[in-house]
Amino acid sequence: MGFISSNRNNEQLLSKIATNDGHGENSSYFEGWKAYDSDPYHSTQNPNGVIQMGLAENELCFDLIQEWVQNNPKASICTAEGANEFKEIAISQDYHGLPEFRQGVAKFMGKVRGDRVTFDPDRIVMSGGATGAHETLAFCLADPGDAFLVPTPYYPGFDRDLRWRTGTQIVPVVCESSNNFKLTKEALEAAFQKATEAKIRVKGLLITNPSNPLGTILDRDTLKTLVRFTNDKNIHLVCDEIYAATVFNQPGFISIAEIIEEELYCNRDLIHIVYSLSKDLGFPGFRVGIVYSYNDQVTSCARKMSSFGLVSTQTQHLIGSLLSDDIFTEKFIAESADRLAKRHEIFIKGLAQVGIGSLKSNAGLFFWMDLRRLLKEPTIEAETALWRLIIHEVKLNVSPGSSFHCSDPGWFRVCFANMDDDTVKIALRRIRNFVLQRKGLDQGPAKRPCWQNKLQVSLSFRRLDDFVMAPHRMSPHSPISSPLVRARN
Amino acid sequence: MGFISSDHNNEQLLSKIATNNGHGENSPYFDGWKAYDSDPYHSAQNPNGVIQMGLAENELCFDLIQKWVANNPKASICTAEGANEFKDIAIYQDYHGLPEFRQGVAKFMGKVRGDRVMFDPDRIVMSGGATGAHEMLAFCLADPGDAFLVPTPYYPGFDRDLRWRTGTQIVPVVCESCTNFKLTKEALETAFQKATEAKIRVKGLLITNPSNPLGTVLDRDTLKTIVRFTNDKNIHLVSDEIYAATVFNKPGFISIAEIIEEETYCNRDLIHIVYSLSKDLGFPGFRVGIVYSYNDQVTLCARKMSSFGLVSTQTQHLIGSLLSDDIFTEKFIAESADRLAKRHEIFTKGLAQVGIGSLESNAGLFFWMDLRRLLKESTIKAEMALWQLIIHEVKLNVSPGSSFHCSEPGWFRVCFANMDDDTVKIALRRIRNFVLQSKGLDQGPAKRQCWQSKLQVSLSFRRLDDFVMAPHMMSPHSPISSPLVRARN
Repeated sequence: MGFISSNRNNEQLLSKIATNDGHGENSSYFEGWKAYDSDPYHSTQNPNGVIQMGLAENELCFDLIQEWVQNNPKASICTAEGANEFKEIAISQDYHGLPEFRQGVAKFMGKVRGDRVTFDPDRIVMSGGATGAHETLAFCLADPGDAFLVPTPYYPGFDRDLRWRTGTQIVPVVCESSNNFKLTKEALEAAFQKATEAKIRVKGLLITNPSNPLGTILDRDTLKTLVRFTNDKNIHLVCDEIYAATVFNQPGFISIAEIIEEELYCNRDLIHIVYSLSKDLGFPGFRVGIVYSYNDQVTSCARKMSSFGLVSTQTQHLIGSLLSDDIFTEKFIAESADRLAKRHEIFIKGLAQVGIGSLKSNAGLFFWMDLRRLLKEPTIEAETALWRLIIHEVKLNVSPGSSFHCSDPGWFRVCFANMDDDTVKIALRRIRNFVLQRKGLDQGPAKRPCWQNKLQVSLSFRRLDDFVMAPHRMSPHSPISSPLVRARN
Repeated sequence: MGFISSDHNNEQLLSKIATNNGHGENSPYFDGWKAYDSDPYHSAQNPNGVIQMGLAENELCFDLIQKWVANNPKASICTAEGANEFKDIAIYQDYHGLPEFRQGVAKFMGKVRGDRVMFDPDRIVMSGGATGAHEMLAFCLADPGDAFLVPTPYYPGFDRDLRWRTGTQIVPVVCESCTNFKLTKEALETAFQKATEAKIRVKGLLITNPSNPLGTVLDRDTLKTIVRFTNDKNIHLVSDEIYAATVFNKPGFISIAEIIEEETYCNRDLIHIVYSLSKDLGFPGFRVGIVYSYNDQVTLCARKMSSFGLVSTQTQHLIGSLLSDDIFTEKFIAESADRLAKRHEIFTKGLAQVGIGSLESNAGLFFWMDLRRLLKESTIKAEMALWQLIIHEVKLNVSPGSSFHCSEPGWFRVCFANMDDDTVKIALRRIRNFVLQSKGLDQGPAKRQCWQSKLQVSLSFRRLDDFVMAPHMMSPHSPISSPLVRARN
C-alpha cells in the first residue's frame, strides 16, 4: 500500500514477446518511411515530395470495382436493396464463414488459375489477412523452436508472421542472382542440412509464388522439384499465392494445386495454400485472408483458430456477391493483368533506356531493379548508402534488397501499381535523371552532410510509433502525417 | 520418390497446439448443441423444436440500427452517396485504424459510462473481436507458464482465448452462491497463494464486469478492493467490459476507468480494458474487438499485434459513422436498456411464479437461473442429468453452470435477448410446465432410455467439426444444419 511510483520496470511487467524485437519494426529501414511520411509527394500541394514506391498495392482497377458495386446494391447490407439482410449478417459469427463467401472465394481462386483446378468451399478457412494466415499455419504445423525454410529474397513480414508469437524459426534458402534467383534443389538441401546440423527441426518450406519481391513465377520443373523435396523429407509445403492474379505476361501461372494433381505420389496432408484479396483485388483494408489446406486436421484446427481473426460478415457478404459474378471476375482478371502489363512495360523500358536493368518478370505489383553497378562496393553498407541517396535526393521510396534478406547487394524492389499515370511519369523521370547524373557525378564528402545531418536529427527524436512501417509490413501510414489522414482532416 | 502412404501420423506432422485440446471444443457440452442443431425451433416449420437459449446475443434493437443505416447512406462505401470513398477505404491498412473509427468508439465507450469518464482515441487498439483482444493481452502480459486469476463462474471461451496458443494458465478464484458470488479479498488471496505454492507466477487478474454468466455488476467497494489487491501484488488488472451497455437496472455500472480516477495511488500501467461491439450493439459478425490499455508499451505492442486481427475498414467506416452520431447512440443506449429490462422481467417474474429463482441481476443478455432444488444430489453429474432433461424433454438449450466452472452445481445461464416476443412466451411456458411437472414426477428408468439412447448414438458418430460450438464460444452454428444456413439455401 502507499504511494507506488509509476516508474516500474516494464521489462518485468510485460511478456518476453512484448519486449523483444520479434515485431520487426526496429529496423533501420524506417528512415525511408520517415522521409516519405514527412515529405509525401502530392501532384499540386507537394510536387517535390517523396514518391511512394515501396507499397505493393494494386490501385489500377478500382473503376471496375466501383462500377460493379454501384450496379449491385444487394451486395451491401446498408443499401435500400440489401438492408433486409443487415441483422442476419451482423449476428452471424460462425467461424465456417458465410456459404456464399466461401463459394465465391473458391470460385475466384479457380478462375485465377484458368479453371484448371477447382477449390472446395469447405476448405476455405478465414484469417486476419495473409498476415494472420501465415501465423495460423505456423501455429498449426510447428512447435516453438521448429523451423521453416524460406527462399531468399523474401517478404520481410514473414519474420514477424512466422516467428514473433509462435516461437518458430526461419532458415533461409539462399537464391542468387547468378542464376536469376532460381530455387534449386542444391540450395534446398544445403539449407535443410544446415538446420539439421544446428539441431533445428525443419517442419516446412514456405514458397511465395508469384514471388515477392522478384515478380517471377515458378516453372513446372521447379515446382515438381519442390514437391519431391518436401514429400521426401515429410515436411509441409506452404504456398503463398496471394499474387496469383497479378500474372500479366507469359509464362502463365502454375499453382501448387495443379502440380499435386499431376504428382499423384505426393502426400496431400503436407500441402497448404495461403491466399488473400489484398493484392489481386486491391482490398488490403478488408482483411480477407484465406488458409486453404489439403490436410483435414489442419483445416479443422485453422478454422478454430480463425476465431482470432475472422473476416467481418459485412465484408464476407460483399465479397461473396462480388466473386460469384463470373462475368465480372473474368473481365476483372483480364483487365487487371492488361493494365499491370502496361505499367510494368512503361517502367522497364524507361529504365532500360538509361541502362538500368531489372530481373525479367511477369507478375506482381513491382519489379526487381538492378542497381548493382551503382554501388561503390558490393556490400550492404553501400546498398544502404545508395538507398538513402535515392530517398533523399531522387525522392523515391523504394525498398532495398537487404530488407528482403537478399544475399546480393544492389537490388531494389520498385512498386508500380499504387500510383496514377502522371505520377508514373514523374517517378520515371526522376530515376532517369538520377542515373544520368550519376554517370558524371563524383559525390564528394562535402555534398553529403546536408541530408545526413537531417537523418541524424531524425534518429535522435525517433519515436517508433511515429514511423511509417516498411511497405512490405502492415499499416504503412502514421496517423499524424500520412497523406491519407491529411486528406481526411 | 516411391509411393508414400497418406496414413501419416498427424500427431507428428502437426504442432502440439494443433493436436491438444486447448481449443476447448472437446467438451461433453456439445450434446446440447447437437440436439439444438438437429432439431431447432421454428415458429411455423418446427414449433416443437429446441429453443436456443444458450447464445448471448442481443437482437432487441435492430430496428433502431436499420433505421439509422437507411438514413445515413454515407456510412457505407457501397451506396451512391458513399461510393466515392470506396477506394480510400479499401486500400487503407494502417493498424492505427481510421481516425473516425477510433474517435467513434472512444466516444461511445464514454457515453456508455454516462460520460463520467473519457477515453482517448489514440489508445483504441483493434483486435479480432473480444476473443482476439483477450489472446492479445495474454501474449503481451504473460510468458508461457504464467497465470491469470479468473473469478468463477466465468465465460468458458477464456480457457481458449487466454491459454491455447499462448501457453499461459488460468487459476480460478472461487466465488460462491452463499455470498451471491461476490468476489472477496479472501478468495483472491487464497487463489494467489495457491498459485504461489504451486510455483506458478501470477501475472494478472481478469474480471468481467458486468459479469458473464451472472449478469451482475461489481460494486464500488469490490472494485476498490480489486484495484488495491492487484496494485499491491504488482499484477495486471484486465477488465472485460463488453456488456457495459447491457446494464438495464440500478445499480448503475461502474467502470474500472472511473475507479482509477478515484484511486489515484494506483499504477495505471497495470490497467487494461477489453471491449467489443458484439454484445452492446449486437454485431458479433463484424468482429469489432478493442484493447484499451493505460500502459503505453502495451498499447504499442497490442497495436503491432493487431495486424493479426484488424477490423475490416469497410466495417470501421460504418461503425465510425454510427458511433459519432450522439443523438443515435444516446437513444440506442437508453432504448436497449429499456427493452432488456422488460425481457428480463418477463422471465424472472414468470419463473418466480413457479418457484424458480435466479440470482438478482441488472445486466447482461441472460440471467443465472437457480435449479439447485431440482437436483437429485448436489453434484455435477446430477446437474448434467438435469441439463440433458431440459434439452431433450423441455426442449430448451440453456447452459449448465459447470461449463462456466461454477463451484456449485444446479445453476444455469439462460439467454433472453436472442429471440422474438412470441418465442419468449413459448420458452417461458415450457419452463413453467417442466417445473410444475417436475414437482409430481418420478422419472422412472424407462422414460430416460429414450433420449439417453439417442445421446449414445450421437456420441459414437460424433465428428468434432460437425458440432455446433457451445454458445459462449465462437461460431455456434454448424453450416450443415444451422437455421441460418437453411434460411439461405
